[in-house]
Formats: sequence, C-alpha cells, structure tokens
Amino acid sequence: MRYGKLVAAVCAAFLVGAVSAQEVGKPAPAFELPAAGASKVRLADLKGRVVLVDFWASWCAPCKQSFPWMNDMQAKYGPKGLTIIGINVDKKREDADKFLVGTPAKFTVAFDSTGKVAEAYQPKGMPTSFLIGADGVVRAMHVGFRESDREKLESELAAALAAAGRK
Amino acid sequence: MTKRWMLLLATAAFLCGCESMKVQPWQKGNLAKPEMAFDSDVLETRFADHTYFSKEGASGGAGVGGGGCGCN
Repeated sequence: MRYGKLVAAVCAAFLVGAVSAQEVGKPAPAFELPAAGASKVRLADLKGRVVLVDFWASWCAPCKQSFPWMNDMQAKYGPKGLTIIGINVDKKREDADKFLVGTPAKFTVAFDSTGKVAEAYQPKGMPTSFLIGADGVVRAMHVGFRESDREKLESELAAALAAAGRK
Repeated sequence: MTKRWMLLLATAAFLCGCESMKVQPWQKGNLAKPEMAFDSDVLETRFADHTYFSKEGASGGAGVGGGGCGCN
C-alpha cells in the first residue's frame, strides 16, 4: 500500500499522455518558424489570406510528388490570396536543403526541426496538409498525396478563396 | 484484494502508455532510411519471391492458401 500513490500517479501520467489532434472546424494553432534565409514565418501575419500548411519531410516520397502541384497552386492562386507554407519536419536542416535542390519549392518553406508545430497540428501521415480559411479556422485536412488528388484539392482551395470573397 | 486491483490498474495503464508513446508520423525519418527496410535489395527480393512462388505455387505461393486448382 506504500506505493499506492506512486502507482496511481504513474498510471495517471500514462493515461494523460494521449494528446488531441487538430480538428477541422477549429482555429489553427499559431506558429512562428524560421524560413529560408534569415526570415521568419508567422501564421498571425497571414490573417485574411487563405493558408495551406503542408507538413513534409525529405524522406517522404509522396511529398516529392506534391511539390510540383503546390508550386502550380501558389502560382495560380497566390495573387488571389493563397499562401502555401511547407513545414519541413526533418531533424537535420541539411536533409531538407538537399531535398530542395532536387525538388525546388516556389512557395514558403519553414523549418520545424524540433517538431513543436507538428505536435500542435498532429499530422496523421506524411505529407499532411491543413487548409486554413481567411478566418483562421481549419477548413480541411488531407493526408498523403496522389496525382489523382489534384482536382479535389484544387477545388477545396478555390472554395476556401471563394468563401473569403476572393474569386 | 486491493493489491490485485492495483496490479490490474497498473498493467492497464502501462499498456495505455505504450499507445501514447508511439513514434509520430513526423518522427519517422530514421525508420524511412533504406537500411531500416526488411529487404536490402529490391531486385534480390523479387527474384527470391519469384522462385518461392514457382516452387510453392500449388499451395498458393506467397499469397493466400490455394487448393492447387491452378486458378490463382
């Protein structure tokens, strides 16, 4: 019985361990991350714009496929109010830089080497994208990337821009 | 009796602990390395699989168990 309290405390700690995931319909967690060069990316600075936050890693093959699509979308919808932020979750920055040489990104790339932002958003796989409306609320989440997803994802982007009154 | 319950509770909680401490999707960089794969050489694996399938085809090969009817 002496260890009763200790056992109870350990049990409680384990049970509490599970964290809740970022859900569609809730405000997107704020973040501030280093970007390429010496600049910083702040989600709060993008208020009023539709933001696509995409978690990717250099070791993830579908991420490589998604980059050309995101480049296209940034070029097409950027002037209409879309900002794409690719959040890299590699532990080593060099890995990400190497990836970017072979797979250039024409959108904002941020680096989350500690995984803090990933913890807040809880992406369910690699890549996972969160579509954040102009009101700062997560509109949609998408896990993985296939070529056949292109149209559906693009229509979601267009719908988010239309909802923000930027058509 | 209480001790038994405590043991049960502790076991259950420890099992939950395993669940919450799993590797998260964004932490799988090391697991994605080629040397972490079960098969080091894709061609070699396919070659071995082909041989295995040819030898064991009558009982379904590497797929589901068949009856040797030649229909799989």
